[in-house]
Amino acid sequence: MEILVCVKRVPDTAENEIKINSDGTDIERDDLVYSVNEWDNYAVEEAIQIRDRVGGAVTVATIGDKDSEEILRREMAMGADKGILISDDAFEGSDGKGISKILAAEVKKGKYDLILTGAQADDGAGQIGGMLAAILDLPYASIVNKIETVDSKKIKVGREVEGGNQEMNEIEMPCVLSIQTGINEPRYVGIRGIRKVASIEIPVHKAKDLGVDAASVGAAGAKVKRVDYFVPPAGKGADIIEGSAEEKADKLIELLKAKGGIK
Amino acid sequence: MAQQIFAYILHKNGVADDSALELVAAAKKIDAGAKVTAIVTGTGAPLDALCKEMAASYSSVWKIDNAAVAYPNAEVIRKILVKLIPKGSILLCPHNTFGMDLAPGLSIKLDASFVSDVVAIEGIDGSNLKVIRQEFSGQVSTHILCDISNGAVVNTRPGSFKADESKSAGGAVTDKSSEAGDLSAKRRYLELVEAQVGDVDITKSDILVSVGRGIGEKDNIPVAEELAKAMGGDVSCSRPIVDAKWLDKSRQVGTSGKTVKPKVYMALGISGSFQHLGGLKGSPFIVAVNKNVKAPIFQVANVGVVEDMIEFMPVLTEKISESK
Ligand SMILES: Cc1cc2nc3c(=O)[nH]c(=O)nc-3n(C[C@H](O)[C@H](O)[C@H](O)COP(=O)(O)OP(=O)(O)OC[C@H]3O[C@@H](n4cnc5c(N)ncnc54)[C@H](O)[C@@H]3O)c2cc1C
Ligand SMILES: Cc1cc2nc3c(=O)[nH]c(=O)nc-3n(C[C@H](O)[C@H](O)[C@H](O)COP(=O)(O)OP(=O)(O)OC[C@H]3O[C@@H](n4cnc5c(N)ncnc54)[C@H](O)[C@@H]3O)c2cc1C
Repeated sequence: MEILVCVKRVPDTAENEIKINSDGTDIERDDLVYSVNEWDNYAVEEAIQIRDRVGGAVTVATIGDKDSEEILRREMAMGADKGILISDDAFEGSDGKGISKILAAEVKKGKYDLILTGAQADDGAGQIGGMLAAILDLPYASIVNKIETVDSKKIKVGREVEGGNQEMNEIEMPCVLSIQTGINEPRYVGIRGIRKVASIEIPVHKAKDLGVDAASVGAAGAKVKRVDYFVPPAGKGADIIEGSAEEKADKLIELLKAKGGIK
Repeated sequence: MAQQIFAYILHKNGVADDSALELVAAAKKIDAGAKVTAIVTGTGAPLDALCKEMAASYSSVWKIDNAAVAYPNAEVIRKILVKLIPKGSILLCPHNTFGMDLAPGLSIKLDASFVSDVVAIEGIDGSNLKVIRQEFSGQVSTHILCDISNGAVVNTRPGSFKADESKSAGGAVTDKSSEAGDLSAKRRYLELVEAQVGDVDITKSDILVSVGRGIGEKDNIPVAEELAKAMGGDVSCSRPIVDAKWLDKSRQVGTSGKTVKPKVYMALGISGSFQHLGGLKGSPFIVAVNKNVKAPIFQVANVGVVEDMIEFMPVLTEKISESK
């Protein structure tokens, strides 16, 4: 099976405190630690496992700048066979539709049976997979937490829906799936693994290589525009308990006792 | 405003999802005087009853009765909506597992703009709709301008708009079933597999000690268990803890986990994503312990402690034991 996995380089929000720059146009990106979007690791792991079961190849692709190459290498160290960096100044400032158009052009250059994305990324939009499928006129299933290969024409997928219930579907290939965390346990990648793939050439695809009309993507083509970033005025918010750790614990215990929090 | 506004009504066998009346409120934020059309798909008597119910809240209700959408398969419903919705319209949808399945692709097929997980709508600004979204797990908000000259699909975050209960629309139901068109799809719904029950039922717990990614490693889970034991409660968690297989899925709080209604909820090392908070009902007393004072959880908590949870948990456990 030929599988393409779309991956995105994002700031690691579990480790970073996100700050807004002085004019509110962006977040402070300089000191951030970046990594691959959490959901995308699960998608790559799933692709590798399917390939190991039924054969074929896994390609990882990202739209980004030079810095995004590192996440491609990371996913190749996990076991992806190929990496593609999709990069062009014309792509900067693309909205979700722009990103999807560019990815669709990349998909058309290959012959993929399965195209995977993460269920969502740092912007929390959860939009790319569904848009990509619609542009390519392929069937789509979102928030997938189980994939069973059936035959060369179709697969069975479980979608995780409200309450943790699982909606089972049969879907024809080629198709696009957005992958939910927890579908598998992504393998660990060490420095040595990354070193092994360090010298593999990663091709760079530009707008003209993909036949993408530069005016239809990037900031020029964006119909959805971010005006500014802001921190909403603090609402009522929590009463923050001050003091040493011991003092905080004492005060908290009093409150808990009053609220029935200690039996 | 020249544009027509539609809302897709999600339901289970004729019982409307909470989003049904939230979308009325959202539509009024776009245009206070809007005549909004609800689109309801399904089949049989439950569908008829729901359409009647929705007519109280929407100026117009379009009913599509077809066995092919007895279960809401987004791949089929998208086709129906593309057929029925006039170009240039605005469609509102809930940003839940159904809306995430349906809406992005729908915006492509309608050639409309798409903006997802909207938490507030500020109104029309020229040819744009101005909305607010959150990014980076709710740590920052953004104003978004969404060009609606070609229409738009807008997914709203569940619970962000207060349900409009006025029920004063006095609308009429129109049967649009015959206009639905070709309903074949390359994705077929098979069955719904219910989540498994675990060793404890956290939906019945009065006191929950809930741990998130901040717990760092599996070896720290027993430390949280000690604390829960001292408090007389149970341990629950956020999703990453279940993904890492450190705790059973039955202990996950949130939209894709359990809906809990404890008296006291202590969230340790949990940032407070809307999917997590979506599982918290019955206004418990919320205590947040987090090392980042800017964590969104402090916005919803009653009491906050800014500490490293790994160090704080044993201190708290010991002091509770002493105080007994
Ligand atoms: C400086 C800057 C300016 C921006 N300006 C705008 C703007 O004006 N308007 C606007 O709407 N957005 C803007 N964006 C956001 C950008 O367009 C988003 O990257 C895009 O919307 C897709 O990301 P998402 O988080 O919404 O994807 P989601 O749909 O949440 O992500 C789901 C999945 O899609 C795939 N995916 C997402 N992005 C990529 C990628 N780059 N390469 C490969 N796969 C990917 C991954 O598999 C991911 O798991 C800007 C971003 C930056 C950094
Ligand atoms: C369709 C869908 C459904 C989902 N359903 C759910 C759901 O049901 N339940 C759920 O929880 N999530 C759900 N999620 C995931 C959700 O979006 C978040 O990713 C998740 O809730 C984050 O979990 P967290 O708060 O534990 O981790 P993070 O967001 O990574 O937060 C970790 C927090 O711990 C703090 N911290 C770190 N170290 C320490 C320390 N030593 N001491 C104290 N604090 C520390 C950090 O400051 C941070 O605030 C869903 C996502 C999707 C797309």
